[in-house]
Amino acid sequence: MTTATAETAAGQVGRARYGSISRGRRKALFWSYFFLILFVIFFLTPPVYMFITSLKSSAEISAATNPWWVYHPTLSNYIDLLTQNQFLIFFRNSAIVSVCVVSITMVVSIFAAFALARMRFWGSATLATGVFLTYLIPDTLLFIPLFKTFAYIHDKTGIELINHWWVLIILYPTLTVPFATWLMIGYFSSIPKELDEAALIDGAGYMQMLTRIFIPVAIPGIIAAMIFTFTVSWANFLYPLAFTTSADQLVLPVGIVTTLIRGDVYAWGQIMTGALLGAAPPLIIYAFLMDYYISGLTAGATKG
Amino acid sequence: MADVVARDLRVPARSGQLTLQKFARRKSTIAFLMALPLITIVLCLVVYPALYSIHLATLNKSMQHFVGFGNFEFLFRRNTFWMVVEQSLLFAVTAVIFKAVVGFIVAHFVHNLPAKGQRKWRGMLLIPWVIPPAMSTLAWLWLFDPSYSAFNWLFAHLGIPQVAWLGNPYWARFCVILVNVWVGSPFFMIMYLAALKSVPEQLHEAAAIDGANWLQKIWYINIPMMRNIIQITALFSLIVTFANFDIVKILTNGGPVDQTHVFATWAFVLAIWGNDIPLGASVSLFMAPILAIAAFFILRNVRRRGNEA
Repeated sequence: MTTATAETAAGQVGRARYGSISRGRRKALFWSYFFLILFVIFFLTPPVYMFITSLKSSAEISAATNPWWVYHPTLSNYIDLLTQNQFLIFFRNSAIVSVCVVSITMVVSIFAAFALARMRFWGSATLATGVFLTYLIPDTLLFIPLFKTFAYIHDKTGIELINHWWVLIILYPTLTVPFATWLMIGYFSSIPKELDEAALIDGAGYMQMLTRIFIPVAIPGIIAAMIFTFTVSWANFLYPLAFTTSADQLVLPVGIVTTLIRGDVYAWGQIMTGALLGAAPPLIIYAFLMDYYISGLTAGATKG
Repeated sequence: MADVVARDLRVPARSGQLTLQKFARRKSTIAFLMALPLITIVLCLVVYPALYSIHLATLNKSMQHFVGFGNFEFLFRRNTFWMVVEQSLLFAVTAVIFKAVVGFIVAHFVHNLPAKGQRKWRGMLLIPWVIPPAMSTLAWLWLFDPSYSAFNWLFAHLGIPQVAWLGNPYWARFCVILVNVWVGSPFFMIMYLAALKSVPEQLHEAAAIDGANWLQKIWYINIPMMRNIIQITALFSLIVTFANFDIVKILTNGGPVDQTHVFATWAFVLAIWGNDIPLGASVSLFMAPILAIAAFFILRNVRRRGNEA
């Protein structure tokens, strides 16, 4: 009798407690969603607003109706920009620079990371640390001496480096190579030693070891490094602003900022369209390769 | 007898060593050649310019005379310089703290969700980090527009007084920091989320049995377990934020009346537009000490992390 009551009591208490935990969990989940929605609104307001404005005609913008709504959606901004020769030149410059920088960076950093992670030579540990330190030196510290050096090269040899879009192909590797190498060292170090010992026993040379084992195994890391390199070279703003000035030598971000903003006249519809188109390539890559993107982000800062 | 055996053993050992040595030497030569492009790029385009900027900072405007610390003395006498120092520090420190706090909170909320839905939310929350900062800052510039500000339109409908976003020095500082937090907090969110995933669930269960509430769980379990990543991320971000250029350049261009200039933008204005390269180099060199301190602590943390693993 007593045991029975005790049992039911225990059962009730247990059920009640269980119920409160799941209720607490549900409450926590509700508040998580609630605040996440607020944060998503905060995070997505600028891109959404870009899109809204890009669909407006300049008449609608200057009429100052509800800025958060489009009453007469039009694609005229997109048509104007995409048929404008200048914008297409910016796009072409950006694309060529980014593709070249990605190729150069990947070749340099894969070889260097293989040598530093696996082959070890005199000073290789110091060099690995040095690579990491150079990654921490920002472009804002380097652009003035580089500018002066390029002017000096022009004085001495007559080769004009300033105000040519291709000079960015020389400049961007300063930002991308150290990080990509650091990332690749991390990925290569995580490959088990047994694999390359087996390859050595089978008579493979270092090149074969690299191309047959390391590159295939580290493909996710290589993709992450490529995405990073592309994003950096597409988005950099300081170098092109300092080193290129003529309208036909600009890359996309600087081109949009300097040519669409003329004095005090802001063609906001076109600026927002240009900004959206300029943001599109990294966003598209991100949409398809999000997991690589995130793994590169987290590995780069923490792998030792 | 023993001698003979020993000698016999030693001979092959020595010849083996010789080929091994040769092998090792050849290996390190190949390795050095493989790393040579990297070394060239780092030496010519990073180390040399960094040292050259120190030399540049000691020259006069026409870059013909050595003036020692003349540029620095000149800077110390200028009010604008001290304003830039103050603004740079304020900007970097506040922005990093807010980025860390927002990232920490958002990471916990995302971690709370069922595993299935996390990917979608993470994907949406990382978008500010993916858009090139120059492009998204343009959107913010348009949101803060003096006559067409979309925020002021909302405020007018809610009965809140209008704000001169970029026209008032204090609001302009607020806007610059806000945009920076907006760009940077997704990075913190991703890093902290990765760190949260590595906190063992058993610890939370044990704490729950002991009657810990959510705040105690965060304070006594999550923060100590994530300490290393919290530090590394904050230091990384400190470097990037301290050297920030795009956001200030596009949003305020240093104005109103130089109130929002940071080292990078002021150095740009002096060196490229004002054509005084040595003065610009001197200003940009002031970023170096903070960078060096942050780099030192990052390296120490990365090493410690390496030893733990």
